[in-house]
Amino acid sequence: MEAYFWAFVVGGLICVIGQLLLDVGKYTPAHTMSILVVSGAVLDGFGLYEPLIDFAGAGATVPITSFGNALVHGAMAEAQRSGLVGIITGIFEVTSAGISAAIIFGFMASLFFKSKG
Amino acid sequence: MLILLLVFAACIQKALWRKIMLEPQKNLFCVRGGNKEMLQGHQTWVFANKPTIIATGTVVGPFEAQGPLAEDFDLLHGDLWLGQPSFEKAEKKMLEEACEKAIDKAGLQKKDIQFFLSGDLMNQIISSSFTARTLAVPYLGLFGACSSSMEGLALGALLIESRAARYVLCGTASHNATVEKQFRYPTEYGSQKPPSAQWTVTGAGAAILCPEGEGPRITCATIGRVVDMGVSDPFNMGAAMAPAAVDTITAHFRDLNIAPDRYDLIATGDLGRVGHHIAADLLAKHGIEIPAEILTDCGLLIYRDDQPVFSGGSGCGCSAVVTYGHLVNRLRKGELKKILVVATGALLSPLSYQQNESIPCIAHAVSIEYIH
Repeated sequence: MEAYFWAFVVGGLICVIGQLLLDVGKYTPAHTMSILVVSGAVLDGFGLYEPLIDFAGAGATVPITSFGNALVHGAMAEAQRSGLVGIITGIFEVTSAGISAAIIFGFMASLFFKSKG
Repeated sequence: MLILLLVFAACIQKALWRKIMLEPQKNLFCVRGGNKEMLQGHQTWVFANKPTIIATGTVVGPFEAQGPLAEDFDLLHGDLWLGQPSFEKAEKKMLEEACEKAIDKAGLQKKDIQFFLSGDLMNQIISSSFTARTLAVPYLGLFGACSSSMEGLALGALLIESRAARYVLCGTASHNATVEKQFRYPTEYGSQKPPSAQWTVTGAGAAILCPEGEGPRITCATIGRVVDMGVSDPFNMGAAMAPAAVDTITAHFRDLNIAPDRYDLIATGDLGRVGHHIAADLLAKHGIEIPAEILTDCGLLIYRDDQPVFSGGSGCGCSAVVTYGHLVNRLRKGELKKILVVATGALLSPLSYQQNESIPCIAHAVSIEYIH
């Protein structure tokens, strides 16, 4: 039960930051999303995002910050295996499932459904 | 003797040159309607012959059909797509239908129309140009963003008054899904909107002007200046446009030297709740007290309070369908005698906004009366 509680609090706090960026910072939705992704990447660079995932579980993996974390993770892992060029080739390694799924399911949805406007 | 003669010749030449070159130029600036000058004050045209709106056509989408003015519109669509493969094509279809409806109601045919004046919010005003392709009528494309409705009506009245045409068709259209995509985000994206944002009206309106006939008549029009108070938030267009509306309203009363009580109703185009309150405050500050029951906004009239439209309606279609549908009907019924419609437009582009430019705005006012 405690795991649910912390997932809710941490996930909620990340969303509060996003909402503040939109409402108070007057950033556009695209800017807000980019800021959160980059923050996740930077946090992982300092080795801080993994401990957050251990602590809050889905509260840290579901928000978009986790995408930045996964980008850095993939790049670092591949860099260890195949050297500097791995930073380039590995960047989408972990996230490729999410990106490919978005493209494929987006395409399938467009075949069968129409926008409601 | 020779010198005297030369001086005399030079004088005559100068006088003649003045007569030939300068006088016609002077006349260029004051177009004459009847015996009176049409230009009054700084930026207002007074139409002595009062061009008549002999017929109007209004077409709206499903959301507007659920609003309080549904009965005033000619065609109500239950399908946002209008059976078309894209929203852009649906917008063009609406404008075509509005024009056809107006032509039909006037008992005319397409070939009777001399000029079609139209504008919309799409890139390169495609809805207007493609409708002009269908109509096959001489066409002048306009862009005044959401002020296009009254820009077209004012210019149409000018064409009729100066006897440049017998029948002029003025139209404009907007579609919720196309305009939101063009200026904000595609509606499918589901982006959050603040309460100051507005809801683009899905609708098209057209009016036919003629020198005489039965119907509401256009008495004067005030052409607005571009006003930019530095607002750069496209989710708060009402606040950006309110100063432009106030500038044009102030100019209208100043040029004609009349008071607001001359009108039964003064309707701004699409300021919404936020912009409407700002405009009322600014007018009061300028010493123009307009009673709350006289000053209204088309963006507030078109939807019910419980419809989820944030601050109110916006878009070219907003002032067009409310004026050509609702307000013209009220004039015809005799509920209103004299109204002023001040269509407001935000002259931004998605690119200018991304490059952190502020939003320049404009408003054009047209005075319409119907004496039974």
